[in-house]
Amino acid sequence: MRKSTLVLALLATGLGALALEAGHGLVRAGRDGPAISRMAKMSADLGLTDIALFSEARFVRHLSQADLFSPFQDAPMSFEHFPTGSLASPPRRFGPTGGFASTIGKEGGS
Amino acid sequence: MKTWLARQRYLVDFTLAAALRRKGRNAMLLGVYALMIFILASVIFFGSALRREAAAALQGAPEVTVQNLVMGRHALAPPQWLDKLRHMRGARHVQGRLWGYFYDKATGANYTVMTPPADKPDYALKPGETIIGASIKRLRDGRNLGWLMLLSPSGKLFKLKIKRTLPETSELMSADLVLMARADFLRFFSLPEGAGFTDISMQVRNRNEVAKIVEKISRLLPTARVITRADILRTYENVFSWREGIVLAMLSAALVAFAIFAFDKASGLSAGERREIGILKALGWETSDILAMKFWEGALISLAAFIIGVAGAYAHVFFFDAGVLAPVLKGWSVLYPRIHLTPSVDRLQLVTLAFITIIPFTAATLVPIWKAAITDPDVVMR
Amino acid sequence: MIELNEVTKIYNEGQPNEVVALRDVSLTIPEGRVTVFKGPSGSGKTTLLTLVGCLARPTSGRIRLDGRIISALPEHFMAAVRRETFGFVFQRFNLIRGLSVIENVMIPAYPLGPDYRGLRARAGALLERFQLAHKARMKTEVLSGGESQRVAIARALINDPQWIIADEPTANLDSRLAGQFLDEVRQLKQAGKSIIITSHDERIFNADVVDVVVDMEDGRIATVEER
Ligand SMILES: Nc1ncnc2c1ncn2[C@@H]1O[C@H](COP(=O)(O)OP(=O)(O)OP(=O)(O)O)[C@@H](O)[C@H]1O
Ligand SMILES: [Mg+2]
Repeated sequence: MRKSTLVLALLATGLGALALEAGHGLVRAGRDGPAISRMAKMSADLGLTDIALFSEARFVRHLSQADLFSPFQDAPMSFEHFPTGSLASPPRRFGPTGGFASTIGKEGGS
Repeated sequence: MKTWLARQRYLVDFTLAAALRRKGRNAMLLGVYALMIFILASVIFFGSALRREAAAALQGAPEVTVQNLVMGRHALAPPQWLDKLRHMRGARHVQGRLWGYFYDKATGANYTVMTPPADKPDYALKPGETIIGASIKRLRDGRNLGWLMLLSPSGKLFKLKIKRTLPETSELMSADLVLMARADFLRFFSLPEGAGFTDISMQVRNRNEVAKIVEKISRLLPTARVITRADILRTYENVFSWREGIVLAMLSAALVAFAIFAFDKASGLSAGERREIGILKALGWETSDILAMKFWEGALISLAAFIIGVAGAYAHVFFFDAGVLAPVLKGWSVLYPRIHLTPSVDRLQLVTLAFITIIPFTAATLVPIWKAAITDPDVVMR
Repeated sequence: MIELNEVTKIYNEGQPNEVVALRDVSLTIPEGRVTVFKGPSGSGKTTLLTLVGCLARPTSGRIRLDGRIISALPEHFMAAVRRETFGFVFQRFNLIRGLSVIENVMIPAYPLGPDYRGLRARAGALLERFQLAHKARMKTEVLSGGESQRVAIARALINDPQWIIADEPTANLDSRLAGQFLDEVRQLKQAGKSIIITSHDERIFNADVVDVVVDMEDGRIATVEER
């Protein structure tokens, strides 16, 4: 067989697989809707503030609640003492002033 | 147009035949390249699906959370705060919350222990009862079915009846939760009645007034740290984005690999390759044909790697629950939620990935050819 | 007909290692004939072929092909002239290693984008003609010298050019293969092709198929002998 035919056919197959996966994505997104709503309802009922993906230290377990110092309290050496510390960055408003009530008004709040 | 297409197909034929001469090298190149895209695309897929699911789940997070900070440390919020906040205009559902962490020596896992809000009948618990997250149930693996035994920090044994397990489809949010009644919670952590709260959550009557409320709280309680729902959502909008360590690390590894490859290519053609280009030119190929032929080499390899990598990454993340990433994500956690993410693709990131991989690679194959392609072909007569 | 008019070729012009390979060469190469260039090594035979075959441009002077100046064309047109008018048989054959025999034969036609089946059939027919049909799928590096040369000739003919240019075609061949080459030249001449050959080999320039022998010396034409 001509080489270009073979390779173009393989590429087309690959693109076909991608298209199938895109279709799968749409179907799943539709089907999972109710489960996600249930999860949202549960989170709202319990007042959950964070996802439970990492449970090794509180600054990654409650990413949005942890203050600037909790990494050091959990692990005196550094932020990265726990591996997941390198996967998730601190909340955006972290920093010398961020996240503290007394400064939010001055920044204009959110 | 038709001859243009036919011509490009012949050039593809040629470049494939030429690539087959170094089967091993090219197969390895394709493999490494596809693997790199697979990993990056897995992170992209995982990250965007996670972000979307987190955003959906956190829509109902408390509008405002108030923490007490003492010497930069999170401390219990005094009970008087609750009254002060309840009297604030515009605040609704002001609730003192009790939650904390517990390291279970028996399993080696960290749990998040919580008291459910009093006004939610679905989660109402009598003393001696508990509701646990699905991951904890799995971790206990059939032992003491129906009962949760915990050795409290002060050394007292707690035996709680498991009322039910939170649904597995909600594991992303609830994997490590242990819910217990308020009285149990206080006894478990040896807290006196009136010790205060972990934090105070509230809703706001008018969403547009969140900033004003936050400002009021800060005047009312100067030592408080206030976290709004917007802060929470923003935190998760960015989790696993390009800025995160893992992506940066992998990206830089990828770039180094590219640099090495590009250097290898750009550090000059071998005499044989140069001669081959001369032969093709002498046989009537134009400079543009040679460049197009090399373009196809780079484009086909990178396109194939991209398709293999992305298709594989999708299957990996959404059919096999990101099994390859899991060990990295787990870190030292003993408890890891079994999450079955709903596909959601960040198109912009995918397009970016395509650009930062396909274009440099193709350019790296093309650039060194340039000089050889524009020289006169009479060298082949020598 | 190819006419050369005061053609000069200087390599590395203006540099200390300047070489004048051809000086004011004027010559007419007839169509439908076999023309052989001979002369001592370094006399400029190969250089002359590269200019005639549009592989390089002269430093000064003009070359006309059927009255049309081909010595000052842009790259794009030079490639087209090479592709459509000339077929080359190089001294070292210059087959592309790692590709099959038939692919090598087809390569000069690729930029034209012809119909694939047609091209393959033409290449097959050429290999048949040179008794190489059974080696069509072999890699070129396993061929013997004579086979390589026949593949090179087949490749030169794939676009059906009017002119065949061969540089020292018999340098590495024994008498039998040299004789075979001359047979092929005879066939081409009968088919109406014009052939230009350079050679040190007296088996070539004494052959009866040759019509014109041009003797070169130090970048100039010493004698032109028509038979
Ligand atoms: N690219 C080049 N750069 C510099 N000098 C060159 C180049 N090509 C050829 N020459 C010189 O031009 C002169 C003529 O070379 P050419 O190859 O035409 O000779 P020739 O007659 O074919 O010799 P031979 O019979 O050995 O093949 C030689 O002195 C050679 O060194
Ligand atoms: Mg020579």
